[in-house]
Amino acid sequence: MALDRSDVEKIAHLARLGLTEADLPRTTDALNSILGLVDQMQAVDTSGIEPLAHPLEASQRLRADQVTESNHREAYQAIAPAVENGLYLVPKVID
Amino acid sequence: MHQMTLAEIARGLADKKFSSEELTRSLLARIAQLDPQLNSFITVTPELAIAQAQAADARRATGETGALLGAPLAHKDLFCTQGVRTSCASRMLDNFTAPYDATVVSRLAQAGAVSLGKTNMDEFAMGSGNESSFYGAVKNPWNLAHVPGGSSGGSAAAVAARLLPVATGTDTGGSIRQPAAFTNLTGLKPTYGRVSRWGMIAYASSLDQAGTFARTAEDCALLLQGMAGFDPQDSTSIDEPVPDYSASLNGSLQGLRIGLPKEYFGAGLDPRIGDLIQQAVKELEKLGATVKEISLPNMQHAIPAYYVIAPAEASSNLSRFDGVRFGYRCENPADLTDLYKRSRGEGFGIEVQRRIMVGAYALSAGYYDAYYLQAQKIRRLIKNDFMAAFHDVDVILGPTTPNPAWKIGAKNADPVAEYLEDVYTITANLAGLPGLSMPAGFVDGLPVGVQLLAPYFQEGRLLNVAHQYQQATDWHTRSPEGF
Repeated sequence: MALDRSDVEKIAHLARLGLTEADLPRTTDALNSILGLVDQMQAVDTSGIEPLAHPLEASQRLRADQVTESNHREAYQAIAPAVENGLYLVPKVID
Repeated sequence: MHQMTLAEIARGLADKKFSSEELTRSLLARIAQLDPQLNSFITVTPELAIAQAQAADARRATGETGALLGAPLAHKDLFCTQGVRTSCASRMLDNFTAPYDATVVSRLAQAGAVSLGKTNMDEFAMGSGNESSFYGAVKNPWNLAHVPGGSSGGSAAAVAARLLPVATGTDTGGSIRQPAAFTNLTGLKPTYGRVSRWGMIAYASSLDQAGTFARTAEDCALLLQGMAGFDPQDSTSIDEPVPDYSASLNGSLQGLRIGLPKEYFGAGLDPRIGDLIQQAVKELEKLGATVKEISLPNMQHAIPAYYVIAPAEASSNLSRFDGVRFGYRCENPADLTDLYKRSRGEGFGIEVQRRIMVGAYALSAGYYDAYYLQAQKIRRLIKNDFMAAFHDVDVILGPTTPNPAWKIGAKNADPVAEYLEDVYTITANLAGLPGLSMPAGFVDGLPVGVQLLAPYFQEGRLLNVAHQYQQATDWHTRSPEGF
């Protein structure tokens, strides 16, 4: 199933990617080319096969419930685009 | 000085033939002189390098020793380096100074290694030609019109051009082995979980693994020794003892069983590369190895499965780049959605955007089973093929790439054309296996690599085979003209 322009606009919105008008045709072509490659998977018989998420099938480790991290707030705020009083600034969300 | 391997440097430093500071200054001058032709570095850090070299010399003067003490290297620019820009070759992180060191960076620094800077790469490690960098393409020192491979193309070009003896890289689908093959280097991707991913900017977390570039297997062993080991900070790090890799180099290959997968020698392989691989096999037979044809029947499904799993994980990992806490933010956002969309639309390059969208699509409602789950099932089939093969053979051998390095720009029209060049390397990432590429000759003046794959945690076996091969051959000693 080939994606059309409106599909690509929807996916770009889901991914919060602002595409320009000029980007849309070539992005649509590229995504269709990639999905054409990916669709070769559908011919593979995987009935009865368990999906593999971790190559060594390790499960998530647990650790003791102890504080191990120190506070890096100032270091992290120093590299942010806009901060004030220890908070990250974004455009107004609620009127 | 620049022709010395890491092992030779270690001996020279131990014998007080030169200091780390002298060596570091000499290599920094070489980088300043030659790198404008290659574009292999994004950031060179001369002051920090000289300070680290002086500190290493001071440690040695107190009697401390170690193969990496005072040894120069560089890190791919996706390893976080405290106080130094860590860009991932993206406009998104052009202004990002990492607030901490990656585990790989801190371990090597503690061992006394001297970092000369951060090397160029494909943006967010997404590419096979190092053409998608925000800072421009990297040139192959063997032919400046050709790509050095990717995504760790800067590390490869820098080591191949003798700007450095060794460098770090990462390999998600071949990003160490393929550039090593294209630049006549030895490149090692360890077992998934062998080297900590903490502080490595994530592309596809279930595939990413850090590894080494060097001109010899012996040097890869020395560098890996400083990187490998359990790290509680990385939730997928494996708590498995680290062997002495240098001690593994000298074992005899008598009786080594090599498997040649018939799928690696079929249509699509440049026959001149096929001939060179057969010559490498003959050398290994002379050293006592036996050879057997094997089959990895699901190999052909690896690229389609990879281009679901890697973009899906990337779309999730790269959601953190939102213009709020760090990285690029667009000018004058109208509202929060506009802030996200324009920061990401302007901050990410075209290939990164494509992969994020493929991932977002594959993970979206109604498509998960057909894409992500099917890809994970194929992943198991690929792993099962390897497990069956390793019942009968000790290592699997084949070409690293189907073709030599292509011309810069030759694969820009269709992304899939570039993806298909990773056909022989991607399976090791899907299965999590260690893999190594080593020099095996030249086609049209461009290097060719032979790939070795081994069972989990058998990095020492790969280094052993490569070292013994390099004692019997001299391909790896060839230098590109002009460097």
